[in-house]
Amino acid sequence: MRLTVRDLDVSIGERVLCRSLNLGLQNGESLAILGRNGAGKSTLLTTLAGLRPIQRGSIDIDEVPLAEIQPKLLAQLRGYCPQQQQDAFSATVLEIALVGRHPHLGRWAWESMRDVELACDALDQVGMRSMANRDVHTLSGGERQRLALAALLVQAPTLYLLDEPLAHLDLNHAIAVLDIFSRHVASGQQALVAVLHDPNLARRYFQRTLLLFDDGSWIEGNSAEVLTQDNLTRLYAHPLHCLQDGAQQWFVPQTDSQVAGDIQQSGVK
Amino acid sequence: MSILLAASVASILLALAVGSFRVPIPDVIAAIAGDAHTMGADVVMKLRLPRALGTFACGGLLALAGALMQVLLRNPLADPHVLGVSGGASVGALLSLLLGASITAMNAAAFCGALLAMLLVFGLAHGDGGWTRARLLLTGVIIAAGCAAIATLILSIAPEQALRGMLFWLMGDAAHISNPWPALLLLIFGLLLIWPFARELNLLSRGDQFAQALGVRVQSVRILVYCAGALFTAGAVTTAGSVGFVGLVVPHLVRLTTGNDQRVLLPAAALAGGCLLTLADTLARTMVAPHQLPVGVLTALIGVPLFLYLLTRKTAATRDMG
Repeated sequence: MRLTVRDLDVSIGERVLCRSLNLGLQNGESLAILGRNGAGKSTLLTTLAGLRPIQRGSIDIDEVPLAEIQPKLLAQLRGYCPQQQQDAFSATVLEIALVGRHPHLGRWAWESMRDVELACDALDQVGMRSMANRDVHTLSGGERQRLALAALLVQAPTLYLLDEPLAHLDLNHAIAVLDIFSRHVASGQQALVAVLHDPNLARRYFQRTLLLFDDGSWIEGNSAEVLTQDNLTRLYAHPLHCLQDGAQQWFVPQTDSQVAGDIQQSGVK
Repeated sequence: MSILLAASVASILLALAVGSFRVPIPDVIAAIAGDAHTMGADVVMKLRLPRALGTFACGGLLALAGALMQVLLRNPLADPHVLGVSGGASVGALLSLLLGASITAMNAAAFCGALLAMLLVFGLAHGDGGWTRARLLLTGVIIAAGCAAIATLILSIAPEQALRGMLFWLMGDAAHISNPWPALLLLIFGLLLIWPFARELNLLSRGDQFAQALGVRVQSVRILVYCAGALFTAGAVTTAGSVGFVGLVVPHLVRLTTGNDQRVLLPAAALAGGCLLTLADTLARTMVAPHQLPVGVLTALIGVPLFLYLLTRKTAATRDMG
């Protein structure tokens, strides 16, 4: 699988969020998208998923434009996990996880034991197997988020598109989720694009990073090269420090007092 | 499901047997089999069978339409009447009653009114191509309100002798069912048409974008669901008037017992809706015999306590689980 984005404009109304984006991504690669609130991260991700019409430019998977791929085939190629899950009606955790099998089943087919096994396995991976019979309405925000990721694992697409997958997760689950998807990428059979808020996780888990600036410009490249103190300070319009820990770099935002040139600054080097 | 099937047969048999002229169940079966030529058999075959089958079909259609509307609008409070289809039907029916038309003409007028309202809502909501749920719902509610106003206007200028018939029609009345087959065929073929899309409806009930991401052709499925739901409603109201409550409550009743998988929910709701309406109509014509009550009153009287009971039982169960 190869995702190719050429000269893509992403806009909402009159506002251009991202101007002439060029991007290529293939199996075994991962890309983090960083930007401020409202910079267009989610809009770009839904556009990449083929859920929004393209105004200008093109998005191809294996040189076939997204819009020309059959919806069902497209659902086997790419999976998309939104920020928020909506449950107007109740359902069990297992039923929601099984939803991921939809693109793999024929119109007349019902889920088989094998499909249930796949769903249970995915629930196991996100640590929710014991909750299989719970009603989704009784889940906490983090549990609901993990369930959505489990459904995506059941869908087993080649390209994962995750919108803030870690938003409601506590630390251990966040790392567990990143580990799961990194394993899939490392297998060389799948690719990952995720919207994140933490440059440090982007640096640790993603080979490449795309920075979306508020003025519609962007920078894309190897995470190590793109995630610099200057770029991030410009991106978030807030000064950041870089802490060195052996080969690892950590970016921490300066506090108000530090920005004001407080003496604390000398303590952080 | 098999329990529901058995209950459906039982409710129809009961409807055939009970009335101001009682016919024992064995005689009913003999009459249906065609080897009895008594007066009882005539009553069963000529009067009660069309009415029982007609009410059953209407109940099924309304429940099915309700279940579809709840998915389409992703709103548990949606029912077949919310999108103005039955409002259009009632304007058509009342107008023809006002003009003193025959029953056939009234049915035709009701159906035309329903189709007109359906096209109007569809066209207005579709408008510039953006077909959002909120817009559809609002358009439907407004058209329904407009139709209700016209219906009230007709009621207020109608002559005394037509008034009773009009009120009965508005409350839902099965007494004038003479030919159950259109509604019955619509129910059977409608269910067969929509059932293959049930898994897609499951996804649709969890959000349009969610469904689209999983490979559902959202726009086409939504249009199909809208047209099917509106047609079912039109078929039901044309046959038995504007029966309330079945379309709202039956899908919920079924959901509380079988869960929310549309593949089970849709056929189960059709059967349960048919049962409920047939039973209600049987009660409606026997309770104060020889007078007949409008069946819509009975559906509410049966449905409300049943629904409240299931709701409290369900919340108690979830509380125990938590």
